[in-house]
Amino acid sequence: MFKFAAEKFEIDPLKKSLEDDRAGAVVCFEGIVRNRNEGKAVVTLEYEAYETLGQTEAENILDEAHTRFGILDALCVHRVGELKVGEMAVFVAVTSAHRHEAYLASRYIIDEIKTRLPIWKKETYEGGSSDWVNCQHLSSASACEASHGSK
Amino acid sequence: MEIAENRDAEKVNVTVTVRYFAILKDQRGLTSEKVSTEAATLSALYNDLAAAHGFSLKQNQLRVALNDKFVDWQEPLAEGAQVVFIPPVAGG
Repeated sequence: MFKFAAEKFEIDPLKKSLEDDRAGAVVCFEGIVRNRNEGKAVVTLEYEAYETLGQTEAENILDEAHTRFGILDALCVHRVGELKVGEMAVFVAVTSAHRHEAYLASRYIIDEIKTRLPIWKKETYEGGSSDWVNCQHLSSASACEASHGSK
Repeated sequence: MEIAENRDAEKVNVTVTVRYFAILKDQRGLTSEKVSTEAATLSALYNDLAAAHGFSLKQNQLRVALNDKFVDWQEPLAEGAQVVFIPPVAGG
């Protein structure tokens, strides 16, 4: 299950939805808005998503995690809109019979989400300036290409 | 938007919808627009729009989606298609 969330969300109901007597492990990852990025003091950030394609691509990523790691289930929720420092931007939860597969799948999902999902992040800094992350350092095109991953 | 100066009889004019996100939305000042174009491929369409509106991103920094699917830049354009140029992503 993947969804975009325009507002803050509770993680307990999400974890509840994964309950399964076969599961010996639940691995949860919370991505949080940090107060600094590349040396600048971040005040707020805005996530914008191309939701139709993002939904499909995220479901592909979750399916890949199932196939590769033999997990029981996985879900991910990604915020859109304006977020403040300390708020949760993304949540990933994976269940599996044993912890090893759950850790691997959790890592795979968040890494692929970061490189493949059509989501953009505009940071606003102390002093009022703002930047779309990964789109500014245009002299290093390779960095931007790398941010799209290999697929 | 008129792109070609001299009309070639072989060129076909199509109207597509282009949606803009993130830095492209800011640089275009629009979230979407209908574009009438003779560009044969998505690659040609991006080059035309980038030249017309001063987009800072090079084509090799972008991916492209046609009708909500990632596609190759050489994909041809069809009447009524929806095109999204995808700047470097930053989710998570």
